[in-house]
Amino acid sequence: MSIFLNESSTVIVQGMTGSEGTKHTRRMLASGTKVVGGVTPGKGGQSVDIDGHQLPVFNSVSEAIAATKANVSVVFVPPKFAKAAVIEAIDAATPLVVVITEGIPVHDSASFYAHALAKGTTRIIGPNCPGIISPGKSNVGIIPADITGSGPIGLVSKSGTLTYQMMYELRDIGFSTAVGIGGDPVIGTTHIDCLRAFQDDPDTKAIVMIGEIGGDAEERAAAFISEYVTKPVVGYVAGFTAPEGKTMGHAGAIVSGSSGTAQGKQDALEAAGVKVGKTPSETAQLMRAILER
Amino acid sequence: MDLFEYQARDLFEKHGVPVLAAAIAHTADEAEAAAKKIGGKVVVKAQVKVGGRGKAGGVKLAEDPADARTKAGAILGMDIKGHTVRTVMIAAAAPIESEYYLAILLDRSNRTFLLMASVSGGMDIEEVAHTAPEKLAKIPVSAIEGITLAKAQEIVSAAQFPADVAEQVAQVLLKLWEVFQSEDATLVEVNPLVKTKDGKVIALDGKITLDDNAGFRHLDHEALIDHAATNALEAAAKEKDLNYVKLEGEVGIIGNGAGLVMSTLDVVAYAGEKHGGVRPANFLDIGGGASAQVMADGLSIILGDKDVKSVFVNVFGGITACDAVATGIVQALELLGNKATKPIVVRLDGNNVLEGRAILNKAAHPLIEQAETMDGAANRAAELAAK
Repeated sequence: MSIFLNESSTVIVQGMTGSEGTKHTRRMLASGTKVVGGVTPGKGGQSVDIDGHQLPVFNSVSEAIAATKANVSVVFVPPKFAKAAVIEAIDAATPLVVVITEGIPVHDSASFYAHALAKGTTRIIGPNCPGIISPGKSNVGIIPADITGSGPIGLVSKSGTLTYQMMYELRDIGFSTAVGIGGDPVIGTTHIDCLRAFQDDPDTKAIVMIGEIGGDAEERAAAFISEYVTKPVVGYVAGFTAPEGKTMGHAGAIVSGSSGTAQGKQDALEAAGVKVGKTPSETAQLMRAILER
Repeated sequence: MDLFEYQARDLFEKHGVPVLAAAIAHTADEAEAAAKKIGGKVVVKAQVKVGGRGKAGGVKLAEDPADARTKAGAILGMDIKGHTVRTVMIAAAAPIESEYYLAILLDRSNRTFLLMASVSGGMDIEEVAHTAPEKLAKIPVSAIEGITLAKAQEIVSAAQFPADVAEQVAQVLLKLWEVFQSEDATLVEVNPLVKTKDGKVIALDGKITLDDNAGFRHLDHEALIDHAATNALEAAAKEKDLNYVKLEGEVGIIGNGAGLVMSTLDVVAYAGEKHGGVRPANFLDIGGGASAQVMADGLSIILGDKDVKSVFVNVFGGITACDAVATGIVQALELLGNKATKPIVVRLDGNNVLEGRAILNKAAHPLIEQAETMDGAANRAAELAAK
C-alpha cells in the first residue's frame, strides 16, 4: 500500500500546455503515472500528443473530471492564476490537488486552504512543493522517479532536494510513499497528516521526517508522534546556521525571534523519542540501523 | 519585506487609519524644517527595522524646531543593534491618556489569520502574552470572510476596551484589515494605539510586513525596498535572479533547492568545527533545472566575495542535470580566467551524475576537486578554507 496516491490514481494536469506542465507531464507518464488529460482555459477541445499519449485538453477541471473520472489534479499554473485554478479544482470536488507552483501569495494560499476546509472534499498538497510519489505506482509532481523503488519507508519533507537526497541515501531499501509538503507558510497537508497516514498504512514500517526552520510544524508533529505514532521515526532538521530574520529561499524558512529555530525543533523531536540526524547521511544511517534491527 | 515605521504610517494613512502628522528627514536641516511645518512639540524617531530603539536613545521629544534639529543630529548616524540610522521621522507629539495594542497577522500554525488586541499596549507585547495572557485577546479571522464589523466588535469586547473608545477601535480594525488584505501584508501591528487626552484614537507606531510573493500585483511596493541596507553582493545576485544571502563565514556555498542548501550550510558549519571554526559564507540556491549559465552566474558572485576562501558546490540532480552543472562550472572558470583563485570542491549526485563527473575530469581544472559524498565534500571545503 501507500498513502494518498496509488496505482489506481488517475491524474489531470492544470497548466499542461505550458512549458513546465508539458515537461513534467512527459516525466510523469514515463514513470507510469496514469495522466488522463489536462486543463487550460480557452484550449478546451484540443488534444496534445506527449510521447504517443493523446491527452485531451479541457477548459475547466469539472469538465475534465466529468470526462476522464480523474481523482487527482496537479497544478503547474503560474502564481498569478494559481488561486483560481486551485479553487476550481476544489469546487469540482477533486479528492487530491497537488500544487507545485512556487511563489503564490500567502493570502491566496490561505484563501484556497480555507475554501478546501469548508468544502471538506479535497486534500491539498503544497503549494511550493515537489509533489508526491508512491514508487512503482504513481508519481504526481516533479520528484524524479528513477532514484529508488518501492519499499517500507515513508518520507515526509518540507524540502524537495532533501527529499531526493534522502531517497537516494536509502535507495537500496525503498519507499512506500514520499511526500514533499512544501516550504510555504500555509500548506495544505502537514507533517502530522502524513505521519497519521503512514502510521495507518500497513506497508510502511518506519518514517523519515524532514523539517526546516520556521513555524512550529515540527514541534506539533513531535507532540503528535508522542500520542499517536508507534512506528519508528527518524528526523532531520535543516537550518541550524540560518540567521534570524533572513529568508532562505523557502518563504516559510525564516526564524523570527526565539521561535522556529532548528535547535528547538530537534529538541522537541528528541523529546518525543525521534532519533534526529546531524546530517542527511547520518539520518539515513539511523533509519538503516532501525530497519536492520 | 519589513517596512520602516514611516512607511507603515504612510500605508495606514492611505487606507484611512488615523495617524498623526509626520515627515521624514535625512539631515538635521531637514528635521528642523519638518518640525517647523508640523508645529509645536514633535517627536524625533530613529527609523530602524529593529526593536528597542527607545531604550537605545533613538526616540526623543523636541520642544521646538531648533531642538528637533539638535535631537535629529544626535540620532542620525547612530548605531542601534547593528542598524545605522539613516532616516528619522518627525511626528507631532500627542498628549496620551491610554495605550493599546492591535495586530492582524498570518497564523501559520492554524493556516489562517489572527487578530490580537490588548488594552495593555505600549510595552513589549510578548511580555504581556507571557506574563498576563488574559490581557491579550486573540480571535481567528477567516481568510475568506475577513474582518467584518461584527468580528471587530467581538474582539473589542473580548479585549475589554472602554466603552468610550470601543466604536473608534472597531473602525480602526476595519481599516487595518483593509491594509492587511489590500496590501498583501502578513503582519500589521499597531503598538501603541493611543487614546489622546481629547478622546481620539490614533495609531502612534506601526509595523507592517509585506508578502514578497505578492509583488506582482503591487508594483508600488518596489519603491519601499531599502536599497541602502542591501549588501552589494546580494544586489548583484538579485540582478541575475539568484536566491542569495550573504553570511559571515569563509566557505562559499552553491546548491540546488532551499532545503538542500540550508542543510549544506549546517554540514559545513559542523565540519568547520574541526577546522578552526570556519563557517559558510553565503546561501545560494540555483534552483531546480538550473542551466549552465545560472551556475556560471552563481559561481562568479561567490568568487567575487573577498571573504570566501573555498567554495563548495553541492548539487543533487533531481530535475537539474549534473552535466549542465558541470558545464556551468567549467564555463564560469573559463570566463573568470585568472581572476578565479579559490579552490572549488564539487559534489554531484543524481540525474546524469556520471556525465557530470566526466566533464569535470576532462576539464582537469587545477582549482576543482571532486568529492563522493556531501559530508566528505563539506569537510574538504572547510579544510581548504582554514588553510
